[in-house]
Amino acid sequence: MKALILVGGYGTRLRPLTLNRPKPLVEFGNKPMILHQVEALVEAGVNHIILAVSYLSDMLEQALKAQEQKLNIKITMSHEEEPLGTAGPLALAKKLLKEGNEPFFVLNSDISCDFPFKAMIETHKKNGKEGLIVVTKVEEPSKYGVVIYDKTGRIERFVEKPQEFVSNKINAGLYIFSPAILDRIQLKPTSIEKEVFPNMAKDGELFAFELKGYWMDVGQPKDFLTGMCLYLTHLRSTTPEKLAKGDGIVGNVLVDPSAKIGKNCRIGPNVTIGPDVIVEDGVCIKRSTVLKGTTCKSHSWIESAIIGWKCTIGQWVRMENVSVLGEDVIVKDELYVNGGRILPHKSIGDSVAEPQIIM
Amino acid sequence: MLKAIILIGGAQKGTRFRPLSLELPKPLFPVAGFPMVYHHIEACSRVPDIKEILLTGFYQPTDALVKFIQDTSKQFKIPIRYLQEYTSLGTAGGLYHFRDQILSGNPESFFVFNVDVCCDFPLEEMLEFHKSLPVNVKFTMLATQATKQQSVNYGCLVEDEETHEVRHYVEKPQTFVSSTINCGTYLFTPEIFQDIGEVFQKNQDAMFNGGLDNVGNGRDTIRLEQDILSPLAGTGKLFVYKTARFWSQIKSAGSAIYANRHYLELYGKYHPERLAENCDGGPKIIGDVFIHPTASVDHTATLGPNVTIGVNVHVGPGVRVRESMVLQGARLEDHCCVLNSIVGWNSTVGSWSRVEGTPCDPNPNAPFSKIEGDTLFKNDGRLNPSITILGSNVFVPAEIIILNSIVLPHKDISDSVKNQILL
Repeated sequence: MKALILVGGYGTRLRPLTLNRPKPLVEFGNKPMILHQVEALVEAGVNHIILAVSYLSDMLEQALKAQEQKLNIKITMSHEEEPLGTAGPLALAKKLLKEGNEPFFVLNSDISCDFPFKAMIETHKKNGKEGLIVVTKVEEPSKYGVVIYDKTGRIERFVEKPQEFVSNKINAGLYIFSPAILDRIQLKPTSIEKEVFPNMAKDGELFAFELKGYWMDVGQPKDFLTGMCLYLTHLRSTTPEKLAKGDGIVGNVLVDPSAKIGKNCRIGPNVTIGPDVIVEDGVCIKRSTVLKGTTCKSHSWIESAIIGWKCTIGQWVRMENVSVLGEDVIVKDELYVNGGRILPHKSIGDSVAEPQIIM
Repeated sequence: MLKAIILIGGAQKGTRFRPLSLELPKPLFPVAGFPMVYHHIEACSRVPDIKEILLTGFYQPTDALVKFIQDTSKQFKIPIRYLQEYTSLGTAGGLYHFRDQILSGNPESFFVFNVDVCCDFPLEEMLEFHKSLPVNVKFTMLATQATKQQSVNYGCLVEDEETHEVRHYVEKPQTFVSSTINCGTYLFTPEIFQDIGEVFQKNQDAMFNGGLDNVGNGRDTIRLEQDILSPLAGTGKLFVYKTARFWSQIKSAGSAIYANRHYLELYGKYHPERLAENCDGGPKIIGDVFIHPTASVDHTATLGPNVTIGVNVHVGPGVRVRESMVLQGARLEDHCCVLNSIVGWNSTVGSWSRVEGTPCDPNPNAPFSKIEGDTLFKNDGRLNPSITILGSNVFVPAEIIILNSIVLPHKDISDSVKNQILL
């Protein structure tokens, strides 16, 4: 079975992390974001994954070659010369997707959830229609595209960012389609939500699948951290042995075995510590992700931060309010960083008292 | 023989020093580990001819004040008395009111100090200069340099280069007069009381003849600078001794931190034993740091530069304190960070919390630049970032930040505070 993952663009909302690395390779829960989806797809029986990419595709290709061998699957890059939107990439990969004449998955690469791929296949087969869209319940549906469907699951219509409450179910960005859909899409920049789905709904060919469990679009820092908290809670209920325990560990914490944590620290709740990270004595980290190779020096206090690769956080630093640090950032001792977005290879010697971008 | 008079003011004065002065009279506020007025007394003790020190002001004689005077008098083995004015009599009115006590024992001259002045007082040199003047009736004023812009915030004087006489004196002029400013420290011969007496009489008479000049002040109030010294300029009796040594006023909490730094530096010269040193099993010391012997400081803490740790203060493991004063009885819990702040008496800073202010130092690029007498608020109504002050008995919970704020005594804090005054 095949799957198409819409990797697409520059990942600008996750800058500065995505300035020198494609978004799918940014580690979420100590694993590249895309690998969460790839592994779940393989487990559901997918053996060929097509990545629709337009940015840093070489880096992505190299990183995934190793996975190809390990998981014994085929990974193909479908390279967009110009951005094709959310439907165009399907047309680009038409030949591949029509092979074998079986349903295929299409995923938005920013989605983190308890992927229901096996159940999706079953439901789609039972429905016998052109498409199945996963929907999820959210607290603030007006931020997204809302999906209206009847008791049988047949989708009636979509409402983009509704001004008044119509439903709290939104499009979760995970689909399974029959190859017939490919006749509806032309090779040009096309929005699947605005141009393809409404017609399919009118034809009664589109059905909804309600997602159970957590869901998050982790394409921007605030949601990346919220998604991380949900993911760690999910790990706690499925594979709790993966989470850290011991002195100084509070709540759900994921620590790579190669990381070192000092004495009198307080790590957690909701913290991910990557490989080769050094956390010195007396450090307090909460609700944050620390990526590979970073050092957090003693007595610092970090909350709601995404700290990039190979950074150095000085002693007695206080960091809070969704600060995001790119690769190789140095924060000198005793500084205060409040909502700072700091670009890669930058060394800062002055506090950032109010949220701002440091170039 | 000589005497020294220290004008210590009263509760209605020095309001810019609140909230630190809400609980303790400003003259007793500890700078570099000792009460403000202690430094003046210590400077006087180095002049062997000074045989008595008188403090004048209109504070009620609280236990703290009485005890301080007793202890300090005993320590320096010199009689110290507090003469309480019945009402605020002004900087010259108090002197005049107590002229009999001041002149008892027939001192040939007497020093007069303003208590909110922080200085490396050159008293011996000033005395020699005063003695060398070729007249018998002489009043010497200590002066220093200021920048042209800042001079108008002080008393400005014009000096005769040859005779060192003061040719002209004006307090806080509206336009530039001179960059030589009055340090608020004087050496008078007893004849000063004649000049003050004349003004006193004039004021008393004016009350009955109508046309009292001192608008808003009582008729007994006499201001030294405006009413006495200004008219004396150019009469052959008022002289100036200039110094280039460190001088600053302590009007606001921010200037207390600045004075703290300079007094700590002076300890290097006069009292090196008061400065902490790095040693095995002790905390890490950077620059000038004063730690009171009764304080307990964990060996993993890092202190300085320019830090004062007061009586019975507890500094926990992994604490960082820089450019700050921690007053008696305060507790700094594990890993917290205190920068450019004053932590008040018996306050607590919780684990990993950050108490941070913004230094308001003089411009380091301009020689003789003084600390700005900044207003509390900017023109757009926002609080001017300055030293963070925690009043007495303030409890700061763990893991929060207090930034550029003033917290009044006994206030409970539950969340981070930035750029605010917490009443």
